[in-house]
Amino acid sequence: MQKIEEMDIQSSADVVLVRQAVRQFAIEVGFGLVDQTKIVTAASELARNTLDYGGGGTVKLETLQEGGRRGLRLTFEDQGPGIADIEMALKDGFTTGGGLGMGLGGAKRLANEFEIESVVGEGTRVIVVRWR
Amino acid sequence: MERIAILQMGEFLLVTIQVDMHDRLAMTLQDDLTNRISQTHANGVLIDISALEIVDSFIGRILGNIAKMSRVMDAETVVVGMQPAVAITLVELGLSLTGIRTALNVEKGMALLRSSIGEPANAQAIATKWDAEDDAED
Repeated sequence: MQKIEEMDIQSSADVVLVRQAVRQFAIEVGFGLVDQTKIVTAASELARNTLDYGGGGTVKLETLQEGGRRGLRLTFEDQGPGIADIEMALKDGFTTGGGLGMGLGGAKRLANEFEIESVVGEGTRVIVVRWR
Repeated sequence: MERIAILQMGEFLLVTIQVDMHDRLAMTLQDDLTNRISQTHANGVLIDISALEIVDSFIGRILGNIAKMSRVMDAETVVVGMQPAVAITLVELGLSLTGIRTALNVEKGMALLRSSIGEPANAQAIATKWDAEDDAED
């Protein structure tokens, strides 16, 4: 049975709540501890991006079932300024904020599937999937 | 205001992070620790992260900042107790935690702190290490 939940990301306390919800979903999908840690860490990076760069937004958590395998899809959306150069934003060490610039590229490495769409002036959507 | 406790144990400061920290709480810890080093003249800081279920780039940056700031204030920092799943994830995330000294547990961390600042003989070793690091940056 598919489970879906949508959450707001408007404060750093919400980022903590997103981490906890993603952990719960990952456990339900049957992820081992390392896979749980990876998807929760990716979620933490992306939720922080949504808050810091997107000015807040939402995340949708969905459990997936495809053939015999199960997975977890996270969709982060904001209506912020958007990303002008996505290729640059994915590079390690690139940051327009005060961070290390590891968030987006790191989240991509921690996921099995990664998709990003962004329109300057309209917002950004990032989708990550991790399979069991 | 919510805070993480900093305990003093002789010449060392001890921090055990037992909550899922939001970003502002982590920044407060960074500020509090720097102030406490200056107030207490501590020469070692031990941070136990065994209860942390993830270390993302933000927490990694805070740990790095704490290590750098304490070094500037003549104190060594050792981070102990990282869970294996956290370590695996950190590497994949691309964080190497350069400049942060680590130990497997509190006991080993304390031994590391004592040996790095305890005996005067080691002051020379640390000074040499500093020179080596400076040279490497050139």
